[in-house]
Amino acid sequence: MAAELHVELVAADRSVWSGEATLVIARTTSGDIGVMPGHQPLLGVLESGPVTIKTADGNVVAAVHGGFISFADDKLSLLAEIAELADEIDIERAERALERAKADADAAAERRADVRLKAVTGVR
Amino acid sequence: MGAQIRVYKRRIKTVSATKKITKAMEMIAASRIVKAQRKVAASAPYAGELTRAVTAVATGSNTKHALTTEVENPVRVAILLVTSDRGLAGGYSSNAIKAADLLTTRLKAEGKDVVTYIVGRKGVAYYGFRERPIVESWTGFTDSPTYADAKRVAGPLIEAVQQDTAEGGVDELHIVFTEFVSMMTQTPVDKRLLPLSLETTAEESEAVKDKILPLYDFEPSDEGVLDALLPRYVESRIYNALLQAAASEHAARRRAMKSATDNAEELIKSLTRLANAARQADITQEISEIVGGASALADATAGSDR
Repeated sequence: MAAELHVELVAADRSVWSGEATLVIARTTSGDIGVMPGHQPLLGVLESGPVTIKTADGNVVAAVHGGFISFADDKLSLLAEIAELADEIDIERAERALERAKADADAAAERRADVRLKAVTGVR
Repeated sequence: MGAQIRVYKRRIKTVSATKKITKAMEMIAASRIVKAQRKVAASAPYAGELTRAVTAVATGSNTKHALTTEVENPVRVAILLVTSDRGLAGGYSSNAIKAADLLTTRLKAEGKDVVTYIVGRKGVAYYGFRERPIVESWTGFTDSPTYADAKRVAGPLIEAVQQDTAEGGVDELHIVFTEFVSMMTQTPVDKRLLPLSLETTAEESEAVKDKILPLYDFEPSDEGVLDALLPRYVESRIYNALLQAAASEHAARRRAMKSATDNAEELIKSLTRLANAARQADITQEISEIVGGASALADATAGSDR
């Protein structure tokens, strides 16, 4: 069995997901980053984007809006102001939000809705 | 006859109606304390992780940031006062306001200019009535604040701290809120949020205390991380303060309503006693009237017989 790292995905008002994983892929301000067990201690700023957590029983995908990734001693914490797991996201609502954001020309909201949809439809 | 009793009966009726209301409010507040406490607990992991990250950056790099550097001669300080939107919570809001007044006096004695930001309608009303200036105020969410509310409050405050003092910015940020110690005790406290003193943040995160922090790789750079991290940290502190204040508000309201209900019960008891006494007095009077009338009649008939 491959080495595993402990992941805590926490939003501002709740703990979203925690468990063991073999690989975590997140989007930082300077590009996508993949963290595997034994990675160098890391502290990065996250962009709005999907986070993929590869575990022994498959992938967990979450939409994360703004936050941080910090990794040390095989413990990874993902802090986000808003974080939603893919199966929590309401597709219709996200689509409506996307349309509304497009109509209002609200780039930030559009991006948020887009990230949500992508997380559901499965980027990987 | 009976006027006295009628007055008593009417008062008993109004008092029991009031009692019903206060009892309902007490129970609502009691259920909301639990909810608010749960929210405080739910926000703890985020706050904890964030504190750890801030401590890590602050100790792991030599970067200076506007939000962490102490100004040598602070000229202007901002106070964020957290009160409630609604009353009927005993001394909750006035205690917080008193604590803010004390802090203001202390800071003014140190020669600093004080500007006030207020959360909650009660505080706004208090300052409005005394015509004291408020820079900005937020109302409508003190019952159950969300993270978005905290973000809205934190935005202008962080901006003010980052601005130069000469251009109307502030050097320090204090927050006055009511700390939820237990169901029975809530104490108004004042804390300095900014500039961050790293000793206190290190104290807060117990996990960090015992072990040496690893040398982190910063992505994109340590300044970049700090720039993004510190506002979030302030937001999370304000969020925590708002949540604690909400829990305290509900606890204070529950206590106030409990004593109001107890009072109403007392009042009903003594009013019932008085009403009973009045009824007895009426009956006694009637009896003595009847006896008096009868004996007068008896006397009259006895007189005519003679």
